[in-house]
Amino acid sequence: MAILHVSNLTKRFGGVVAAKGISMTVEKGSITAVIGPNGAGKTTFFNMITGVYRPDEGEILLQNEPLVGLKAHDIAKCGISRTFQNIRLFGSMTVLENVMVGLHNHVKGGLFGTLLNLPSIRREEKEAQKEAYRLLEYVGLAQFLNEEAQNLSYGAQRRLELARALAAKPKVLLLDEPAAGMNPKETKELTELIYCVRKEFDVTVLLIEHDMKLVMEISEHIIVLDHGEKIAEGGPYDIRSNPKVIEAYLGKSALAQ
Amino acid sequence: MKTLLKQLQESAVLQMIVLTLYIVTTSLSLYLAEKSVTAFLLLLLSLLLLYYTSFSVKIKWAVGLLVMIVLLPFAASAGSAYESYMEVATLVGMYVAMALGLNIVVGFTGLLDLGFVAFFAVGAYTYGIFATGQAQNFMPFGDYPLAGESFWMFLVIGGLIAALFGVLLGIPVLRVKGDYLAIVTLGFGEIIRIVFNNLDKPVNITNGAMGLSSIQAPSLFGLTLNNSSQFYFVVIAILLFVILAVRRLEHSKIGRSWKAVRENEIAAQAMGINLVRTKLLAFAIGASFSGMMGVVFAGKQAFIDPTSFTLMESITILVMVILGGMGSVPGVILGAAIMTILNLQVLTELTNWLNQLSQSGALTVPEALSPAKMQRFIFGGILILFAIYRPQGLIPAKNPVFNEAELKGRAKAELVEKAEDKVFRS
Repeated sequence: MAILHVSNLTKRFGGVVAAKGISMTVEKGSITAVIGPNGAGKTTFFNMITGVYRPDEGEILLQNEPLVGLKAHDIAKCGISRTFQNIRLFGSMTVLENVMVGLHNHVKGGLFGTLLNLPSIRREEKEAQKEAYRLLEYVGLAQFLNEEAQNLSYGAQRRLELARALAAKPKVLLLDEPAAGMNPKETKELTELIYCVRKEFDVTVLLIEHDMKLVMEISEHIIVLDHGEKIAEGGPYDIRSNPKVIEAYLGKSALAQ
Repeated sequence: MKTLLKQLQESAVLQMIVLTLYIVTTSLSLYLAEKSVTAFLLLLLSLLLLYYTSFSVKIKWAVGLLVMIVLLPFAASAGSAYESYMEVATLVGMYVAMALGLNIVVGFTGLLDLGFVAFFAVGAYTYGIFATGQAQNFMPFGDYPLAGESFWMFLVIGGLIAALFGVLLGIPVLRVKGDYLAIVTLGFGEIIRIVFNNLDKPVNITNGAMGLSSIQAPSLFGLTLNNSSQFYFVVIAILLFVILAVRRLEHSKIGRSWKAVRENEIAAQAMGINLVRTKLLAFAIGASFSGMMGVVFAGKQAFIDPTSFTLMESITILVMVILGGMGSVPGVILGAAIMTILNLQVLTELTNWLNQLSQSGALTVPEALSPAKMQRFIFGGILILFAIYRPQGLIPAKNPVFNEAELKGRAKAELVEKAEDKVFRS
């Protein structure tokens, strides 16, 4: 069953066409990878799905609900959550608070209730703290709960972003280069973590990644973008041997050999 | 000496003894001395000492309230300078409330606002227009000036109207960020002042540059308030409300979304935070504190004109926030108190002292160099020094600290609770 359906998605920045008629379908519960050389339009594609950019043409459907034209925060409410290529944490807030911000849509916390310090609000707040803590335990950051997020190591920051994205209880989780800058050991741990997340949180994972080992190992479906266009699509095995993909990554001469 | 200090740091009892001694000494000296600014300031300083003690929050509040509500007015009431002390204390309270309001916008949400005094003006004029005959010029019904009892209602109305202006300002300026935002808000502040300055024709609403005079003094159960010593208690009451509100908001979902917006707008949006609503709420709440104090200001001064609401005022409030520590509630309170006292007491006292010296012929200080005239120079100097040596402010903002054991243990505790629930239901 398809959970996310994208058709004919196009985005132009002045003369540059960053995405040219991209269409794709993501199956519910799958792990799908979007790959391509630098500047292929992968992050632009993610930004259109999450509402950072508004596509010039095309349609995005999440469980048959159109997302184009919605504001980023409304799209988050619909059930799409993401991490960022260049980590975007709330640096001077604590690790636990970062995850609690992720719970934003699941905490009511009205103005007057907060001012009156109603018992229901206090209870809800405690609940949120506990839930955030559980997520921190899950990604292995529980001991840093009161640290400022900016003081965490790089790998830990990546995991915190993941915990924050999971806190929003998404249907579709978008990971933008989750393994960037990680060493092989960390990458391996991350791979396992993504597997676990899919199973335990019942999410569909869509990820951008340059680490081919990770991509080939983890994904069930791969989409290859180049110059804003989809050039190939299929399982890991098909993609590996696809001449167009080899050409995009290594150049024409690689094929001749 | 070192061991003594260490002991003092560790023992709450010792702290209690020292603090009590300190408060008693300063109160007594303020009570006995005919006029002693030093004793007055030292007594105020006890509140800062109180902040650094290791008592529980409740005890701190109880002692603080005791000092502010009972000791300070009582000890000051003995001397001839009673009203002038209370005037200073009242103004400190007003500026603290405004600085806390600006702190929500600048400190929590990270939106640099250089026109904050506009909301103060809106509050002041809201009460001023209806508590003088001015409203007769344009209101089709009603009998003006309204009686002094209406003041209490206007505290709320003034706050609401200022909040409305906060939203009105917010809607257009939310498109711009950073330096541009500062410029637009600066413009807004000036526009409000100039509008008030010129709104005497075609319909005379604000009485223009002449200002509004003989504004009705507030009255409560037949008692008319017209002294600073009476307004002091009004200000303390509002200030307590403001501090409570800020404290509660800071560590709530709303406060977290403000800070998230400050830290990273794109990530905040991706987490489902509505940027526009969050920023507007910050503007509105910050403005409402300022508006309430504007109403008090109009009631206290009985005269307002546009010259009270210049850019300099906005900058002064901003300096208070930066000096104290952006985003830090105790810091901002301290910053506002220091700036107000520096302005009203220290500089004037210094000027008086220098004048005396030059009169007695010991020293001649030219008029142009009198400290009271160097306010801007001193504020600018403070800003530069703080930017270089202590950018986080006097009392830097602190993050909430969560109790790990409690969070861990709660999973178990909850199971027990649920089991109990079941027992009760069955």
